[in-house]
Amino acid sequence: MLIKLTGGTVYDPASGIAGQQQDIYIQDGRIIHAPTEAAPDKEYNLNGKVVMSGAIDMHTHIGGGKGNIARTLLPEDHRSDPVARTALCRSGCGHAMPSTFVTGYRYAEMGYTAGFEPALLPINARQAHMEMADIPILDKGGYVMLGSDDYLLRMLTAKKDQQAINDYVAWTINSAQAIGVKVVNPGGINAFKFNQRKLDLDEQNCHYGVTPRDILQVLATAVKQLGVSHPLHVHGCNLGVPGNVQTTLDTIQGIGGLPMHLTHIQFHSYGTEGDFKFSSGAAQIAESINKNKNITIDVGQILFGQTVTASGDSMRQHANHKHASPNKWVTMDIECDAGCGVVPFKYRDQNFVNALQWAIGLETFLLVDDPWRIFLTTDHPNGAPFTSYPHLIRLLMDKSFRNDMLATIHPEAQKMTTLASIDREYSLQEIAIMTRAGAARLIGLKDRGGLAAGNWADITVYTDNPNREHMFEKPDYVFKDGELVVVDGNIVATKWGTTHTVKPDFDPSVEKGLKDYFDRYLTMKMDNFKISDDEITEDGRGSVTVHPTV
Amino acid sequence: MTEITEVPSPFCGIGTDDLCIAVDGLSLKVTANGCAVNTPLFEQPIVDTRARVAGQEVDLDAAISHAAKLLQSAWLPVIGGCATDVNGMRGLLALADRCGAVVDNMNFVGARNNFLSMQANGWMNTTLAEVKNRCDLLLVVGTDVEAFAPRFFERYLWTEAMFLQDPKQRQVIYLGRAPSGDSSTSPNGTKASVLECPLTELPDVMAVLRALVKNQPVRVDSVGGIAVADLQAVAEQLRAAKYSVVTWAAGALAYSQAELTVQTLSAMVKDINMQNTRCSGLPLAGKEGEQTANQVCGWTTGYPARTRFSRGYPEYDPFLNDSRLLLADGEADVLVWVQAFNALSVPPETDIPTIVIGRSGMKFSKEPDVYIPVGTPGIDHAGHAFRMDNVVAIRLKKLRDSGLPSTADVLNAIEQRCRPD
Repeated sequence: MLIKLTGGTVYDPASGIAGQQQDIYIQDGRIIHAPTEAAPDKEYNLNGKVVMSGAIDMHTHIGGGKGNIARTLLPEDHRSDPVARTALCRSGCGHAMPSTFVTGYRYAEMGYTAGFEPALLPINARQAHMEMADIPILDKGGYVMLGSDDYLLRMLTAKKDQQAINDYVAWTINSAQAIGVKVVNPGGINAFKFNQRKLDLDEQNCHYGVTPRDILQVLATAVKQLGVSHPLHVHGCNLGVPGNVQTTLDTIQGIGGLPMHLTHIQFHSYGTEGDFKFSSGAAQIAESINKNKNITIDVGQILFGQTVTASGDSMRQHANHKHASPNKWVTMDIECDAGCGVVPFKYRDQNFVNALQWAIGLETFLLVDDPWRIFLTTDHPNGAPFTSYPHLIRLLMDKSFRNDMLATIHPEAQKMTTLASIDREYSLQEIAIMTRAGAARLIGLKDRGGLAAGNWADITVYTDNPNREHMFEKPDYVFKDGELVVVDGNIVATKWGTTHTVKPDFDPSVEKGLKDYFDRYLTMKMDNFKISDDEITEDGRGSVTVHPTV
Repeated sequence: MTEITEVPSPFCGIGTDDLCIAVDGLSLKVTANGCAVNTPLFEQPIVDTRARVAGQEVDLDAAISHAAKLLQSAWLPVIGGCATDVNGMRGLLALADRCGAVVDNMNFVGARNNFLSMQANGWMNTTLAEVKNRCDLLLVVGTDVEAFAPRFFERYLWTEAMFLQDPKQRQVIYLGRAPSGDSSTSPNGTKASVLECPLTELPDVMAVLRALVKNQPVRVDSVGGIAVADLQAVAEQLRAAKYSVVTWAAGALAYSQAELTVQTLSAMVKDINMQNTRCSGLPLAGKEGEQTANQVCGWTTGYPARTRFSRGYPEYDPFLNDSRLLLADGEADVLVWVQAFNALSVPPETDIPTIVIGRSGMKFSKEPDVYIPVGTPGIDHAGHAFRMDNVVAIRLKKLRDSGLPSTADVLNAIEQRCRPD
């Protein structure tokens, strides 16, 4: 079937198109050049409408054990947002940590067509893929977590060379069906198992004598040398600790120009000034990002209300458990591989710290110059559920709205932020960069995030509306792989997306050492650990898309 | 005959995946690394391969149609058992969503002790590889570990450890119940220490132990027949250990309001972590798809596997959705029993129409209206199952060609048939 989208105002930063009127043709799931003869089977008149590619959430916790712990922990949260089945859609629940089906529907209803789970524990990757296999419509993928696994730390203590580490990293990416590599509190999750309660950038793990700086260096090098497009995805040391802005600046300096993505940087941008010894480090961070072109970030904006934080950072989550609201929380040590912590949070606008966190995130968005190197996230569900994105977009695009909100937060926090003096308003093109073209480029998605011929036809159509929250919460149309799935913000059809991966080469002899390690120390045979393509495709719904290394 | 190695077991819950199994046609024999739980379940023979309606053999399609017809006319179907693999649970939940059924895992009465505690306070838990490599003190509460999982000690305690000089020196303490055998005895001959008490006294014993851990004053000399001085010694051992682990099986705490015991011991674990050392909980569970049911139901609905769809959306109630109550009170009008792992685990007796999706070889005291024998995940078809520690999903292998349909095949077909025209 040939579909023609006629006369829309197109924002396609991947092709350098910023608000030009253009027709788009779709055939067999992909965007094609204007055909010379054939008449379209179906035409949509998009005069006056805003057209972008489908949005891509490059950091959202949508699959894996900690999410299911969060769900299990909070039945009362689900009860406040039941989702009934319809003729088309499965039932489930929403709010902070929605059920898988509802996750897919609600993302699609906002114009998103892909989401990436940033914390795929190697040993839990199978579960993460199974959960994501039950998320309809969206494409998905994950970044495999390394850095607190005993195997890597043993390699570092034994002074294995970079090539050996590259082989191990590549083997793990393949085994876990990942598209990137993440490190969470480098070495800190491991140190917590040895009863260390904090780990600074240059502090040694008491058992291995390895520092977070060492781990970041070898992993960022491995990712680069393996040709994995997505730079090492870093959740840094000292999350949430006042004064951690210095740790973050040191981390940027310490990586020595290697590509590195710093995630939910808002939680890592805190100073110690003022009466409450808690202040914004956003300006320093933004200055450093603007200067260091090897660095990309996503914000991890917090928004006020109830949510739940689910993180691999068992060390910091344990330290933060006293803030749990409601007062119940879970941590886990996991399989000599990683860990996790789940702590419900209620961010309050009348709480000084929460209010300033809100302002710090927005300052970061507005002070970083290059929208290709900053991404719109709430670290779902940690800063806020993903359903709050339209509200966040309005905060970025509408200065007077932002200042109205600012006037309502804790008065001492208002005094500690420069937000009111920042005039910047994001443009539609900048939003399209952050949430589409930039995200696709960062992850290395070859034919997504753009509207040029050859791309998959993931397309979102909005009605231009000065109230950007209303505009972005209810697109007129969403196409996924050329199929119309949403009309006026409601699901009209469902389908299954693909799983994006990368499969870097490695020396197969890496398995010799691994097999011995699995046999001696782990609780699963090495061959039973590896996730085959069949496991994703055998039910007939899933597929694996392998992106090239660079 | 062929021999298949590194076979993972979906039965025992502790994720043994080193079994060797000889396959001769349709018959299986565990030739290495079996145990009292796994070996009989692998070796259960295929008896019947044809579906039955009212006791008469019919083709699969007719059985599926009949099952769909029963469900379409039901007001409140109940799906019990829920003992199958991940794809089976997906099919089960799709069917429940379609026909407004109640979903109730057969082990939920025990599991509820954990869910109620976890949903009230949370917990700090660990997984099996951490136990193997770090645990220097194992405190067992109210549970006979080796009866639950015969190979637990062999695989996870009396074995090489990355971070212990001499794993044989790990300490084992039983609180409440004594072990039924010698698996917990160290290879160096040291026996586990045992502080026995009547099971119903465990809540008091745990409360006193927690108080001692927190250095609270205790004004009695003994509790449940255990000297407080002995519990004081346990508290000191827990504080002195580098990585102690407290384990229990929720189902073994078979007394009223046992969730409060789980709550006390989980809170004690958290207390110990505030005293400059590490300690973790380790709930034993996961037999015959228990974790699988709760995990898949968890991501599909937000709730554990005691959830109803009768109002069009999932509603969790750990008490009211108990299938035994719904059957006893006459609220349920069709029972679907899904049990792909164990032919000996048959549905509860009831007068309402019953559909059994079960492992081949089930014997019924009362023939169900529909019986569809299905393959066993990890034997007749590949699949996935969750281990007791939830984090780890194991990839189940297909060992033989029986031609039996999978649970998912059958439940998906029934669901298709239940769709409105």
